[in-house]
Amino acid sequence: MAKTKVITSENVKLHYGDFEALHGINLDFAEHEITALIGPSGCGKSTYLRCLNRMNDLIPTARVEGDIRLRGQDIYAPSQDVVQLRKSVGMVFQQPNPFPFSIYENVVYGLRLAGVKDRAVLDEAVETSLQQAAIWDEVKDKLHESALSLSGGQQQRVVIGRVLAVKPEVILMDEPTSALDPISSSQIENMLLALRHDYTIILVTHNMHQASRISDKTAFFLQGRLVEAAPTKQIFLNPAEKETEDYITGRFG
Amino acid sequence: MDAKRADKLMTGVLYAVAGLIIIILASLLGYILWQGLPHISWHFLTSPAKSFEAGGGIGIQLFNSFYLLLLAMLISVPLSLGAGIYLAEYARNNWLTDVVRTAIEILSSLPSVVVGLFGFLVFVLQFQFGFSILSGALALTMFNLPLLTRNVEDALRSVSFDQREAGLALGLSRWETVTHIVIPSALPGIITGMILGAGRVFGEAAALIYTAGQSAPALNFGDWNPLHVASPLNIFRPAETLAVHIWKINSEGIQPDAAAVSAGASAVLIIAVLAFNLLARWLGNRIYRKVTAA
Repeated sequence: MAKTKVITSENVKLHYGDFEALHGINLDFAEHEITALIGPSGCGKSTYLRCLNRMNDLIPTARVEGDIRLRGQDIYAPSQDVVQLRKSVGMVFQQPNPFPFSIYENVVYGLRLAGVKDRAVLDEAVETSLQQAAIWDEVKDKLHESALSLSGGQQQRVVIGRVLAVKPEVILMDEPTSALDPISSSQIENMLLALRHDYTIILVTHNMHQASRISDKTAFFLQGRLVEAAPTKQIFLNPAEKETEDYITGRFG
Repeated sequence: MDAKRADKLMTGVLYAVAGLIIIILASLLGYILWQGLPHISWHFLTSPAKSFEAGGGIGIQLFNSFYLLLLAMLISVPLSLGAGIYLAEYARNNWLTDVVRTAIEILSSLPSVVVGLFGFLVFVLQFQFGFSILSGALALTMFNLPLLTRNVEDALRSVSFDQREAGLALGLSRWETVTHIVIPSALPGIITGMILGAGRVFGEAAALIYTAGQSAPALNFGDWNPLHVASPLNIFRPAETLAVHIWKINSEGIQPDAAAVSAGASAVLIIAVLAFNLLARWLGNRIYRKVTAA
């Protein structure tokens, strides 16, 4: 069975000035799957991830080549509305970055700016999003307190709730649990498994166990190249490339 | 000497230096208040000044100070906000931005008397605004703008890049990210800086002597039509402020009670500036708590 491809990318190259950081990546993402991007630090996986919602646009020296499509639409086309793109392709960062407002305001921010004023709609969105982000029970009695008063793990889940409230199609996650303790991490992992039914998730992680536990597909990056992308089981049990095997078994030198 | 003893010694030295500064400042403030407070009365605060006899007040000067402050802030706050936002959020790192930044730094270290003479040449003579509130307000803007711009830029820069990334990644436009995320986070710092700037402007004399003038014509506080000559709101009338008044009494005052008027006016000035500072802190904290729900 061939699942629908949500994002396709072909020969993606990225230059920082004269330096080529990505050497032509071909990778597709199927609907309602979790894809893990793994590889050593500096291999380009985060850089690649940031091509998918054009966050690299913020870096003046960065230049992206190749073809990236969201449901067939070229996201680097001149007619592409970047703001609209980032609404469909949400992003969660390594460090929890809640706005210095109340929990409630954090979640409804995107909606408010989109012009939603109806209190009932906003309340509803807060509850649904925070429930999906598996944080509702912990914060439902203090929605109007500062999001900064929460622990790192709670903040990260509120941030995920904030992304969900905008109803994206794809969620990019750049090492979302690497700044968190093991319990918070596993809460987020369980949440991602539940979210997979409604969203397409692309996850950069340094944690091999995390990749093997929750992802459907795994892509291994090395020095700006995509070495191998395959169903997670295959990558971990029977990788096609020697480099992948070395990395996964920790024999990487 | 081992590290531990050096540490103790230096801690002591720092305490001593801090103590010395506090003593100097406190005695200065204390002296001014001690000398001035007995002369302050409702009559003193509301009646016009007298040139040759005793019993004059500072009513008009006090009003002029506040009115001039209001006008100066009305001009300089929007300008500094715009310039600060541009420098912090939009300006690219190139030679032009460097030139602008350097110019702002040089302007902010300009002696206020130079600003005053510049205002005299440009606003009073060239633009023919005469010695007027308008000339004074423009000179104060020249004096205040660099510091306010710097303050806005610094306050915006202190908001971490994560916040901007978060906003943009959420599908906000750049302008929405700046106005709805970065500015609210920076607001307490911006407001504190504005109010401190207001305090500085309120106490400024040198920039006003040759722009807003040294005379305080009688005002009719029953006439609020800004086009009338005697109206307090008229921006083309000369307007001696409190700080200029203090300077003038001390340099050429011939009232028999010049010393007392000067002392009283100084105390009022200090109390006003102190109030600005306290207000800045209180308002800054309050707004921060309101915005962040902390």
